[in-house]
Amino acid sequence: MNRPSPTLRHSAAPWAALTCAVALLTAGCSRPGPGASVKPEVIQNIGSDTMVNLAQAWAETYQGIAPDVSVEVSGGGSGLGIAALMNGTADIANSSRHIEPSEEAKIVERTGVKPREFLVGFDALSIFVHKDNPITEISMEELHDIYAEDSALDRWSQLGVTNIPNARTDRIIRVSRQNNSGTYHYFRDTVCGKKTDFKLGSLDMNGSKDVVELVSRTPGAIGYSGLGYRTPNVKMIPVSPRKGARAVLPSIATTLDKSYPISRPMFMYTPSEPPPHVQRFLEWVLSPAGQKIVEETGYIPMPPPEAQP
Amino acid sequence: MSVPPASPARQTRSALALWGERAVELLIRLSGVSAVLFVFGIFLFVFIEGAPLITDLDWSKAIFSPDWYPTSRENVRYGVGAMIIGTLSVTGLAMVIAVPFGLGAAFFVSEFCSGTLRETLKVVIELLAAIPSIVWGFIGLSVVNHLIQRFLPAPVGLNLLNAALLLALMSVPIIVSIGEDALKAVPDSYREAALALGATRWQIAWRVLLPAARNGLLAAVLLGVGRAIGETMAVLMATGHAVNIPTSLFDPIRTLTATIAAELGETAVGSPHYRMLFLIGLMLFTITFAVNLLADLAVRGVRRQ
Repeated sequence: MNRPSPTLRHSAAPWAALTCAVALLTAGCSRPGPGASVKPEVIQNIGSDTMVNLAQAWAETYQGIAPDVSVEVSGGGSGLGIAALMNGTADIANSSRHIEPSEEAKIVERTGVKPREFLVGFDALSIFVHKDNPITEISMEELHDIYAEDSALDRWSQLGVTNIPNARTDRIIRVSRQNNSGTYHYFRDTVCGKKTDFKLGSLDMNGSKDVVELVSRTPGAIGYSGLGYRTPNVKMIPVSPRKGARAVLPSIATTLDKSYPISRPMFMYTPSEPPPHVQRFLEWVLSPAGQKIVEETGYIPMPPPEAQP
Repeated sequence: MSVPPASPARQTRSALALWGERAVELLIRLSGVSAVLFVFGIFLFVFIEGAPLITDLDWSKAIFSPDWYPTSRENVRYGVGAMIIGTLSVTGLAMVIAVPFGLGAAFFVSEFCSGTLRETLKVVIELLAAIPSIVWGFIGLSVVNHLIQRFLPAPVGLNLLNAALLLALMSVPIIVSIGEDALKAVPDSYREAALALGATRWQIAWRVLLPAARNGLLAAVLLGVGRAIGETMAVLMATGHAVNIPTSLFDPIRTLTATIAAELGETAVGSPHYRMLFLIGLMLFTITFAVNLLADLAVRGVRRQ
C-alpha cells in the first residue's frame, strides 16, 4: 500500500473526508486515509434481487475491513447474475437457486471451466397478508390451491376468513413476481409443484420489495417475498407443511431444522479459480463476521460449523 | 462550411460556396430520408430478432389465448390475448377521459381566453408534457393507488382506471397543443364572417371551428392515442401487471409494452421467450401503424368531402 507521509496525510485530511463523503453516497466508507489514495480493486457482484440487500450490506461492511477492495452490487435476478458470469462482467454471481445444468454447460463452453459454488446462507420465503387480515395460519395445500393453475380456491371465505376490514372483495388478490425472477421459479416449484404453473391474473411485481409494498396497501391481498423484506405494515403468517400439521413462522431455527416448508439456499458463484481478492471476500462472507450480517439483514445464516453434519 | 470571405466579385460565387451549398443540400436531403431509413431499420431489427419464431408459433393461440407462460417448465405458452385486450382497454379508457378534456382545453386556450391567462396555461400544459413517464408511474403507484383505494370501491389500487388516468394526463398536453395549432390554422375570416352573421362564440366554436379544424383535431387525438399505446413505464407501475381480461374498471391488467419492459432484461438472448418479446414489439408496431394509417385515411376522407 502506498502510505503518504504524516504531514501529507494531515494536509490531505479534508480531501480524504470529501472523498469519503462521496464514497459514502455510493458504496459506504468507514475508513478514510491511507487506502483512499490506492486504486481499489473492484469486485462486480451481480444477481438475485432477493440477495441484493444482503450483498449490499456485505459490500458496505467489507469496505471498512478491506478499503482497497470495492464491491459493486447490482440486482436484476439470479438469471441475470449467472448470465453476467457467463459474459465475464461479474466476478461473483448471486443466485437464490441452483445453477441450471444448461447454464453451467454454457459457462463451461465459454470459459472452459466449471463455475464454483459457495453456499452463503438461506432465505425463507414468507407469506405476507395485510396487517388487518384475521387469518392465523395457512397450509401448503391451501397455498397450492390459491396460486396453482386449475385450482378453484380464489375467495377468502373458502379459507374461513371473513370480515377483512376495507377489503371490498372476497376475492383473494394474488401478488406474485415477474416470470423470470428466481423467487417466482422457486415458489412455483415448491408451492405449485414442478409440473404446475401459476394461475393467471396475479399481480406480477418486479421486485421483492414491491410485493410487500403492494400487500401492505391492499387489504385483500396475499403475497410471497423474502423474510428480509418484512415491514410492520404486513402480517407474516405461519405455514404448515400439511393441513392439520403444526404451522410455523419462518425463522433461523425453523429454516435450519427444515420445519418451515418454503426456505431455500442462497449461493454465490464464481469462476473456478477466483482471483485472490475475490477469494478473500468470500472467505470473509462465510466467516462469523460475514454471517452475522446475514442474520442482521433478515436472512438465515449458515449453521455454525460444529452443528453441521 | 465556412462562409467565404466577402470579395468584390460577390455575384460570381466561388467554387467553395457552390460546393458548400450542395453539401448542405445533401445533408438536408439525408436527414429527410434518414427518418424513413430509421423506421425501416428499427422494423427490420425487431423483425430479424423475432423472425425465427414466426413459423413455429401457433398464431391463433398466440393472439387470442390469454395464457402467457413463457417460462413454464412443462407447458410453455405464448398467448398475448389478455395483453392485447389490456393495451386496447387502457388506451380506450384513457382516450375517453383525455379527448373531452384535451379538446375542451384546446378550444379554451385558442378561442376563449387571451393575454396572460393564455400564456400561463400554455406554459403549464407544456410543462405537463415534460414530466418523465417514470414520475407518472411513481405518482400512480403511490398517490393514485392510495386515492382509488380510499374513495372508490376498488379491491386493489393498481388497476385499469389508475393507468388510464395517468395515460389521460400524459396525452392531454399533446392533444391540447396540436389541437390548439389546428384551431389557430382556421383563417380569421371564418370567425369574422360568423360574427357578422350574428353567431355567438359558442356557435362559432361548435358550428364553424370544429368542422373547419376537423383534420387537425383528429390528428391531435390520434397522436394522443399513439402516446397512450406506446407508454411503458407508467403502465408497468400502475396497471398491477396482471395477465387478466378486465371485466371492470378496477381490474388489474397488463399491457404489451409493460411485458416487454419487465421481461426482456432477464431473458436469454436468442431464446424463444426473447424472440416472442420481439414479436410482441412487432405487434405493437402493427397496431401503431394501423392507428396512423387510419388517421391518414380519416384525414383524407374528411378532406375529400
